Amino acid sequence: MATHYMGSPVDNAIIEKLHVGDKVIINGVVYTARDAAHKRLINSIQKKEKPPFDLKGQIIYYTGPCPAPPDKIIGSAGPTTSGRMDPFTPTMIENGIKVLIGKGKRDNSVVKAIKKHNAVYLATIGGAGAYLAKKIASVQLIAYPELGPEAIYRLELINFPCFVAIDSKGNNIYNKF
Amino acid sequence: MRQISVKKIQEAVTQAVGQVNIYLPRDIEEALNKSLFNEENERAKNILNILLENAKIAREEKMALCQDTGMVAVDIELGQQVIISDGDILSAVNQGISDGYEKYYLRKSVVSCPFERKNTGDNTPAIINISLFPDDRLVLNIMPKGAGSENMGQLAMLKPAEGIQGVKDFVINVVKNASSNPCPPIIVGVGIGGNMEKAAHLAKKALFRDINTKNNNKEIAVLEQELLSSINALDIGPQGFGGKTTALAVNAETYPTHIASLPVAVNIGCHCMRRIRLAF
Repeated sequence: MATHYMGSPVDNAIIEKLHVGDKVIINGVVYTARDAAHKRLINSIQKKEKPPFDLKGQIIYYTGPCPAPPDKIIGSAGPTTSGRMDPFTPTMIENGIKVLIGKGKRDNSVVKAIKKHNAVYLATIGGAGAYLAKKIASVQLIAYPELGPEAIYRLELINFPCFVAIDSKGNNIYNKF
Repeated sequence: MRQISVKKIQEAVTQAVGQVNIYLPRDIEEALNKSLFNEENERAKNILNILLENAKIAREEKMALCQDTGMVAVDIELGQQVIISDGDILSAVNQGISDGYEKYYLRKSVVSCPFERKNTGDNTPAIINISLFPDDRLVLNIMPKGAGSENMGQLAMLKPAEGIQGVKDFVINVVKNASSNPCPPIIVGVGIGGNMEKAAHLAKKALFRDINTKNNNKEIAVLEQELLSSINALDIGPQGFGGKTTALAVNAETYPTHIASLPVAVNIGCHCMRRIRLAF
């Protein structure tokens, strides 16, 4: 199990080095988005509007954190089930997103888009929201505040652990099941 | 007769929903430690270590174990010799949940209508079931459950001829299909018998049981053990990345059923299975 380090925006060279099952430590910026935020992002792309952040080379993290207690910048913030974002993900990748972080299986349309555009799907640890919140150094609200925990936040991650679940060649850690 | 005020119930629920989301039940933490000892897969060990570290951080920093603080299931055991005074118990439970989710900075994840999907803003209503007993007990079994694991549950109305093998095949298939989604290592709740809704409720009730206990019926206890072995041989492992630790336990509950029926339901609990028992 090799370990790689990744920052953002992500370049193609690092993605090609990642092999399914490898560990990836992220030090850099990611954008949170879940179901409702994806729906809005895709709507704005289809209407040829400018998305709330530049998608090129960016990392999306599927999470809906707990509210921040007074002494913290964010509450518990682990990954949500990625499969719910499958209908939106190919369009996100076509528009520049390079890395997706969540948990669980993806459908064939996502694997195809990952291969075609040299992207990667990383899984982080589901149910470890308190641990992962400690790896978040800053939080900034970017768009859709009315969605509450489902809004888009810009997070700065430090030593955030992930595993390669689907690499750019389409190798899939979940395939045997 | 014993009189219990709804005010007391409401306050206890507020505190309990904070506690239950922050502290991993002891039996689950012990089982994770035991799994770490037995696990050989490097990635699985790495993940189990993170899960134990997560429980420690949540406890020390008073943070939720998981950001999906769930929809709350409350199973009430009510003795008919108890008088609930000063109001109604259902409102008290919901108010307690509402106060607790605000007070302890927990995520509110309940929407008022399955299609409009507008957040109710206070994580209510809860799913409340009440069972009556002849004595003077009042017990609230509280379980906030995230959708990652809850969405992976299934129910089947088998033919009686399919028997115990049919039940086994169904449970294993549900776990296989769920794969990594419910955040393994999982706890598998199985309800067998009754009718459609009874089987589903039994599966949820099974998850309230301590994972070190066995079903009182020997045959069902053997079924639990066999299912656990078969599930752990699937090599799904922690987070679905392979390893011996796919399930920490299988808890099964049964109920009499119709001559033509064999309902079986599976409700999956994640590795941070949160539950608490409040006895008054």
